[in-house]
Amino acid sequence: MNGRIRLNWGFLFFFLPVALWLLLLIVLPHAELLRLSFTSSRPGGFTLQNYMAFFSEPIYWLTFVRTAFYSVIVTFLVMVIALPVAFYITKVARVRAGGFLMVLILVPFWVSELIRVYGWIILLRESGVINRLFTSIGLFSRPIEMLYNDVTMIMGLVYTSMLFMVVPIVGVMDALDDSLIEAAYDLGASKTAIWRTIIIPHCMPGMVSGGIIVFMLVLGSYLTPNLMGGKNSLWFTEQIYNQIILYFNWNQGAAFGFLLLILSSLVIWAGLRVTGQKLSRVVQ
Amino acid sequence: MIRSLPNQPAYIAGYRLYIGLYFAFLFAPLLVTCVLAFNDSQFPALPWKGFTLEWFTGALPHRMGIFHDRVNLDSIWASVQVAFWVTLLSTAVGVCAAFLFEQEHFPLKGLLYFLMLAPLVIPGVILGISILLFANSLGLFVENRWGIDVGLLRPGFWLVVLGQFSFIATLVTLIVSARLRKFDRTLEEAAMNLGAGRLAAIWFITLRFLRPAIVGAAAVAFLMSFENFNTTLFLVGSETTLPINLYLQVRDGSTPVINAISFLLIVGTSTAAVANLYFSRRQV
Repeated sequence: MNGRIRLNWGFLFFFLPVALWLLLLIVLPHAELLRLSFTSSRPGGFTLQNYMAFFSEPIYWLTFVRTAFYSVIVTFLVMVIALPVAFYITKVARVRAGGFLMVLILVPFWVSELIRVYGWIILLRESGVINRLFTSIGLFSRPIEMLYNDVTMIMGLVYTSMLFMVVPIVGVMDALDDSLIEAAYDLGASKTAIWRTIIIPHCMPGMVSGGIIVFMLVLGSYLTPNLMGGKNSLWFTEQIYNQIILYFNWNQGAAFGFLLLILSSLVIWAGLRVTGQKLSRVVQ
Repeated sequence: MIRSLPNQPAYIAGYRLYIGLYFAFLFAPLLVTCVLAFNDSQFPALPWKGFTLEWFTGALPHRMGIFHDRVNLDSIWASVQVAFWVTLLSTAVGVCAAFLFEQEHFPLKGLLYFLMLAPLVIPGVILGISILLFANSLGLFVENRWGIDVGLLRPGFWLVVLGQFSFIATLVTLIVSARLRKFDRTLEEAAMNLGAGRLAAIWFITLRFLRPAIVGAAAVAFLMSFENFNTTLFLVGSETTLPINLYLQVRDGSTPVINAISFLLIVGTSTAAVANLYFSRRQV
């Protein structure tokens, strides 16, 4: 009996802080977000007007669709760039060199996103380093503004989210047995065949977890689109910021926030569903 | 194809070129930012006008180096304080959560585990606004009900700490859980057979075993908090943290003092990252 009581006390010791954390900072805030999105700032009950505004104002839903579409493109680009890099590190480079390159890949991502974006701004702007170099060697006749357009913004997003694809892919690729590739090669398989039938299927779990994390980060990013994108390339998080901080329209902002949350959850769910994986495995 | 197979020189050369370009892409912005911190010019741009340390040590009004720049120093101090509390809180709660999910069995454990993972897939912006809205509603409620104005619930220091804590605790939980899973529970049972209470056994045996993971998780927590932008953006009060403050300066244009700060952060974080990697390798 004494032991039982002690055990329960130990359980509560672990349970209470965790329960408080999840209840007060995760469950209730999101319940409140949902509630506010269905109310209006004037006194009154349930309303759909915040969601109606989203669908009736093209600027809102166009931004939403654009943000989703660009996030997919960025995720795809990151995957295409990261696969060969991971392959080189795990399979082509000498073992020690691979370990060193892996450390080298990790380092830039410990530096804050803001500083990385700032680096690109100094490089790319009209008075930036690249323009100065290229005009001085005569490659450009006059400086070109390379910032503030969609292409640069996408490049910036690819840059800032790259690591979250490389690391999981390196993880799964490392576990791929070299002898499978050797056997396929000895039997005369072409490079494309080896990639298509051995490497890609084996790396699928890593690609999916990387894809989910990258997509979510890009969808929810604020800094990169804000600082590198142009006046016409508004990101949906900027719409949320405008509603909440600039217009002080918290109900509208709550509705936008909830829509973004639904979109990201849906994509994650679909990604897991298509590949038959579990969330708890993917995040680890 | 891979290192153990014969490869055409062109394949290897092409691959090396690709990897070289990738690393140039990875490091170019950081390198340029660092170099321009030492340029004797009013703008973070070329041409190179000679080496100077003034952006670190300068004290003139038009040449305010970082060591004399009150606004930036204040924001660094604010970030350090926030990161300290976030690290403390999230490490304590994260360790509790690791024990709860690895060692306890209780009803609805799966649901709670899912909730614990949720902050990883909720975009930081959404986490920020939902906590902001909830704190505001709660503050209003308390004020109407009991007439007490709770400063804690308005945007400011503690709300930033709580907002960052809400998702950083998940990271700590995952890191500590991974190590706890490797722990041999018979050690704990042996201690309890010898008369130790459960908490004493955990304190003297299990926590000793977990120490490397806890230290590593605390380091990650500190860095994540120090660099956080998305969640902080919505919760920050008059006391801005470094990323927010830097963002305002980058957006509105500034002197190379930002480069000087970036240089210090890049050198600091990469040293910490390499040290962290080195120590965690040794302990495996």
